Amino acid sequence: MIQQSSTSAAAAGGVAAPPPTGTVRLTINGQQHTLQIAPWTTLLDALREYVHLTGTKKGCDHGQCGACTVLVNGKRINSCLSLAVMHEDHDITTIEGLGSQENLHPLQQAFIDHDAFQCGYCTPGQICSAQGLLNEGRAHTEEEIKEHMSGNLCRCGAYAGILNAVKEVVDSQLRMKN
Amino acid sequence: MNPFTYSSATAVEDAVRDNASHEGAAYIGGGTNLLDLMKENVARPTHLVGLNKLPLTSIEPTPEGGLRLGALATNADTAWNEEVKRRYPLLNQAILAGASPQLRNMATNGGNLLQRTRCYYFYDTATPCNKREPGSGCGAIGGFNRIHAILGASEQCIATHPSDMCIALAALAATVRVSGPRGERTIPFEDFHRLPGTTPERDNNLEPGELITGLDLPAKGFEKNFSYLKLRDRNSYAFALVSVAAALELDGDTIKDARLALGGVAHKPWRDQEAENLLKGQPATPETFARAAAKVVESAVGQGSNNFKIELARRAIVRALKQAAEGSQHASDVFLNSNP
Ligand code: FES
Ligand code: FES
Repeated sequence: MIQQSSTSAAAAGGVAAPPPTGTVRLTINGQQHTLQIAPWTTLLDALREYVHLTGTKKGCDHGQCGACTVLVNGKRINSCLSLAVMHEDHDITTIEGLGSQENLHPLQQAFIDHDAFQCGYCTPGQICSAQGLLNEGRAHTEEEIKEHMSGNLCRCGAYAGILNAVKEVVDSQLRMKN
Repeated sequence: MNPFTYSSATAVEDAVRDNASHEGAAYIGGGTNLLDLMKENVARPTHLVGLNKLPLTSIEPTPEGGLRLGALATNADTAWNEEVKRRYPLLNQAILAGASPQLRNMATNGGNLLQRTRCYYFYDTATPCNKREPGSGCGAIGGFNRIHAILGASEQCIATHPSDMCIALAALAATVRVSGPRGERTIPFEDFHRLPGTTPERDNNLEPGELITGLDLPAKGFEKNFSYLKLRDRNSYAFALVSVAAALELDGDTIKDARLALGGVAHKPWRDQEAENLLKGQPATPETFARAAAKVVESAVGQGSNNFKIELARRAIVRALKQAAEGSQHASDVFLNSNP
C-alpha cells in the first residue's frame, strides 16, 4: 500500500507536496526490479523511465494504438492504460525479453524477412502482440490474424508485411504441432 | 493525472470500507477507461482502491441453471469461456466485437458496465458538458454529433453508452449483483443504466460506494438463433454507430420468444420490449422484422449529423433478425457499406 507521507501539503505550509512514492516490485523479463515510484506511474512509464527498457513505445498513451503492448503472465495488454503498482505479482515480458540482436525471436526474423516495418516505431508492440496471439492460439487464417492484430496500428502502413510475417510464424507453429 | 493514493483490497468488504473511508475514492479494476479519463483530467479521484486481488474472477453455474460471471473476470476470459461460447454465443460475439485483444485482456466485466461515454465533448475539458460538469451545457447539441443518441436523449445530454457487451447483457436480461456500504443487492439489467433526463452526470443507478461483484445470466441463452450486428466506421477496433443484439426462439417458422437490444443509439443499452412483443407469435418473415424495426425507431430523433442513424438502425434491426432466424453465427464483422 502506498500512502502519502505525513509531510504533506499542510505540513509544508500549503506548498504542493512532493510526489508520494512507494516501493513497487516488478518482475520484468525474469529479473526482479524494486522501484521507488508514485502510484500514478503507468506500467509503460515504469518500464521506460525507471527500468530504462525503452523498447516498449509510447504512441498515443490512450489505449488506441498498441505501441505499448507488453505481455503480462503471457497475455498481451496495453501498458499505457495500467498502473505499475497493479502488477506486483505478475510476470512482465517486453520486447527486450523476447529476443536479442544475436538471437532473434522467430517473429523478429519474420518481420525482417517480410519487410514488416518502415520506421519501426510500432514494431515492438506488433511483435509483443503477435506473441500474445500465438499464446492464445485462436488465429490461424489471414482474416483471423487481421482481426486479432487489430489492436496494433502502423502509421507507415506496413500492414501487408506484418500480416505475412505473423502468418508465417503461425503456420510454422501449426506445422510443429501436427 | 492528479496525485492519488493507492491501496489494494483482498476482500469485498475491505474494498467497500476503504472506498467509504476516503473522500473522492474510486475503484479500479482493469483501469482501461478510468486511467484514460484520469489522463484527460475528466476523472480526478484522490484515492484508488485496487480490486484485482478480489476473488471475483470465476465463471460458475448458478443454482437457477444460469451462469454467474465474476465482476473481475476479464472480457477476454468471459468471451472465450467454454460455457459462454456454448450457451451464450450472443455474449461471446458482442464482447469480441468490442475494443482490441489487448484491451479485452485487461477490461473486466464490472468495468465494462461502468465505462463512460466516448462523447468528444465529455472528454474535452475545454468545452461545456452537463455530464462532466452539471449545468455547464451540452456541446454536442447543435455541435458535432455524428456518434450521438437518437433515442431517449434529453435537452441536457445526447451521449451514448459505448459498450457492446452490455447490449448482449440487456438482450439476455442479465442481473447485476452489487455490494455496498448498506449490504448486497441485485439490479435487473434494464434498471442498471439510466437515461440522461436532468441528471446526465449519473450513468447508472449504483449508490455511492457500491461495487459490482457479478453478473447473473438466466438459463435461457438463445444459443441457436442470435445475431450481434455491429456497424462502425472501420471493420475492427471502433465503437458502434449502431449495433443490434437479436435473439429468437423459434418453433418451426413461428417466433416463440424474442429479444432485441440496440447499442450506439442511446444513453443506455436500448432494449425495446414493445418491439419484442410485435415479434412474438408471428412468422419469422421480413415483414414481421420490418414491423419490429419500425416500432424501435418510431420515436427516434436525429440531432443533425447523426440523422443517418435512424435509417441505419431500422435496416440493421431487420438484418440482425434475419441473421438470427437463419442461425448464421458470424454476424459481427460486416462493413458499414455492405447492403442490409
Ligand atoms: S501507447 Fe498504449 S495504446 Fe497507444
Ligand atoms: S513501421 Fe512505422 S508505424 Fe509501423
